[in-house]
Amino acid sequence: MTNYNELQECIIKGNRIKARELTQECLDNGNPAKEILDEGLIPGMAVVGKKFQDGEYFIPEMLVSARALNIGLGILKPLLEASDVKPVAKVLVGTVKGDIHDIGKNLVAIMLRGSGFEIIDAGVDVSPEKFVQMAKESGADILGLSALLTTTMTAMKDTVDAFQADGSRDKIKIMIGGAPVTTDYAEKIGADGYAPNAAIAVEMAKTLVGGSR
Amino acid sequence: MNFNSLAYDTSDEMMFGKALHPVRCGFDLVLGDGLVLPEINFTLPVMQVDNSNIKAILKQYMEMVSGVLQRLVILQVPGAVIEFEHAPQMTENVDMGARITAQTRKLMENYYHDHGLKTALRATICDIREKERPPKMRTGRAVGQMFESFKLNAQRGADLLSIESTGGKEVSDRALMEANLPGLLLALGILAPRDMHFLWKKIHNIAQQENVVAAGDSACAFANTAMVLADQKYIPNVVAAVVRAMSAVRSLVAFEEGAIGPSKDCAYEGPVIKAITGFPISMEGKSAACAHFSHMGNIAMAVTDLWSNESVQNVKLLSGFAPEVFTELLTYDCRLLNEALAGGEEDVIKRLLVTSDENKSVHALIISPDSSYDIARTIVKEKSDFERTRRAGMAACNIIRAAVRDKRLSLPEKEMVYLDRFQNEFEKYATEEHVLEAALPDYAELVILSEYGL
Ligand code: B12
Repeated sequence: MTNYNELQECIIKGNRIKARELTQECLDNGNPAKEILDEGLIPGMAVVGKKFQDGEYFIPEMLVSARALNIGLGILKPLLEASDVKPVAKVLVGTVKGDIHDIGKNLVAIMLRGSGFEIIDAGVDVSPEKFVQMAKESGADILGLSALLTTTMTAMKDTVDAFQADGSRDKIKIMIGGAPVTTDYAEKIGADGYAPNAAIAVEMAKTLVGGSR
Repeated sequence: MNFNSLAYDTSDEMMFGKALHPVRCGFDLVLGDGLVLPEINFTLPVMQVDNSNIKAILKQYMEMVSGVLQRLVILQVPGAVIEFEHAPQMTENVDMGARITAQTRKLMENYYHDHGLKTALRATICDIREKERPPKMRTGRAVGQMFESFKLNAQRGADLLSIESTGGKEVSDRALMEANLPGLLLALGILAPRDMHFLWKKIHNIAQQENVVAAGDSACAFANTAMVLADQKYIPNVVAAVVRAMSAVRSLVAFEEGAIGPSKDCAYEGPVIKAITGFPISMEGKSAACAHFSHMGNIAMAVTDLWSNESVQNVKLLSGFAPEVFTELLTYDCRLLNEALAGGEEDVIKRLLVTSDENKSVHALIISPDSSYDIARTIVKEKSDFERTRRAGMAACNIIRAAVRDKRLSLPEKEMVYLDRFQNEFEKYATEEHVLEAALPDYAELVILSEYGL
């Protein structure tokens, strides 16, 4: 049984070079990729998430850790895919049509990625049709919509409606967010949930896929 | 014109309501000529904005503007600026924005004739260039639309032209999240000023042709983004405060290209601009709590000429619609300042506005009249936009360090780490070449350098 403390510590400190070395070393010692992921990389990133929530880390520190994580993941990925290990879930995120505010959306993506979700980023000013198309192509389990303007919030409704019209609404969970958005609005337009910040967005995503499986 | 001296001999000379070069505009209005006046801004509630809905949109604006003008009359306000800030669709759809401007202007004209109400209309055009990523800042289709919108809004009645422009933001957004100084220097010291020269040369030309005022820009996309991120504890406050100081240089470029104020309300770098140019500025603070949180509720008022609510959506509150309510709030704030000016008590009020906020946050510290004056002095000593930006950042670090050393301000260790790092790195990345070399490997994919003339 390998002790993964050191690998976890690399992620927490954001030490990319050592993360690469240690991940490789674990593999060379014959440890299964899934175990390295579940007991080394992910728990390390969980500590980072906790430190961020407790106000000990800022986003810049978290990004450095995320990079170390990605290096480890990159080494494991071919092996994980070969053994058919899936990410927690796939999340398609994007800022709705007419809107280019994307910092909030990007933060949500960073936090989700750190919690083991696979992220497909549709970018900004994304039309309802494009969301539908990308959701199909990627097989996303969750759609995360962001809007910061009162004058673009209605595009969230248009997007939900587009999935409805396409007949694919029941294949995807939709969560929404952004400064002017509320729980009420989510209910009103038929979305599955609203989260006021990135940390709660992660919780919500977990609940949403938990409920569907 | 490259400003190479300061407009005031000391920061004490800078005062709210008084600018060295007042601006005359609109219906018999003079700004910065001894009075602080309200600048009122409002926006649509949740609704669809496209041509199919134009009637409902015009009706909303009619309601908001009439409500505001009525309250201004009832409260006997000596003058006011009304800001119409475009939603993106109103710039893209050039005619839509121009129709709202024309309707607003007409109402203002009626109130001037019927009640003698002095007002001017600021149109803030939306920077729509960066929907494409990486954005085409000079050659994209949106560029022409945007200038067309400036022109048409001026023709239909805008008195003051403004924009919250975004050149360099594509790099700054990521550099902020990473708290990466070479990235920030690339964005604010190299890209942003180049875009500002390009943009404001044109805006100034349009303003001259149409006989309206080229007013000013705001570092919203950089420094307000940073401020909001810091408030949510995503990045250090120190970083946001230093970015504020650095961004004053790109905002100043508008004035070098011919803008004469009033600067934009959300440009908290305004006091630096006033110290250098002597043109009137607009600021926002406690009465803009409807729009976003800030640490500068009182201090933002200390040397301002216009006092703004930044933006509020048209929703019904118990005493009326939100834009009217904020008109009233702003009016009472201004009355107090004007009473002080009339009675020769302005120094007392100014001091209290400053001291009540100054040492409670680095944001407030950095925009205080003294700090702004210091930063302004640093800026005018340098020639190039890059060196000005770098030096402004260094000056901000020094101001913060001195406040911590003298125990006026306390900062947690995790913030001090960034202050140390930034101070070292400002020394290290001393030329454009150094910055490009350090930043491009990470940021080149985000930006098209030729769109900045590079
Ligand atoms: C920074 C900013 C900008 C930057 C954007 C930079 C960028 N890359 O995004 C710039 C300068 C470009 C900009 C432009 C404009 N802006 Co702006 N902007 C802001 C500001 C100050 C902060 C937004 C921000 O980044 N916050 C920080 C992030 C971390 O917070 P957040 O976005 O809320 O995200 C968090 C949560 O909401 C949630 N979340 C977000 N998305 C999602 C998605 C999901 C799925 C979930 C679950 C959760 C979630 O989690 C996030 C992390 O905790 C706001 C003020 C405000 N009160 O929000 C105005 C604001 C949104 N802008 C406003 C306006 C008017 C504009 C412009 C139209 C101005 C103009 N005329 O040019 C343009 C429009 C551009 C466009 N086409 O969209 C107004 C909107 C008014 C209205 N009618 O609704 C605001 C409210 C300011 C104001 N009061 O006037 N803006």
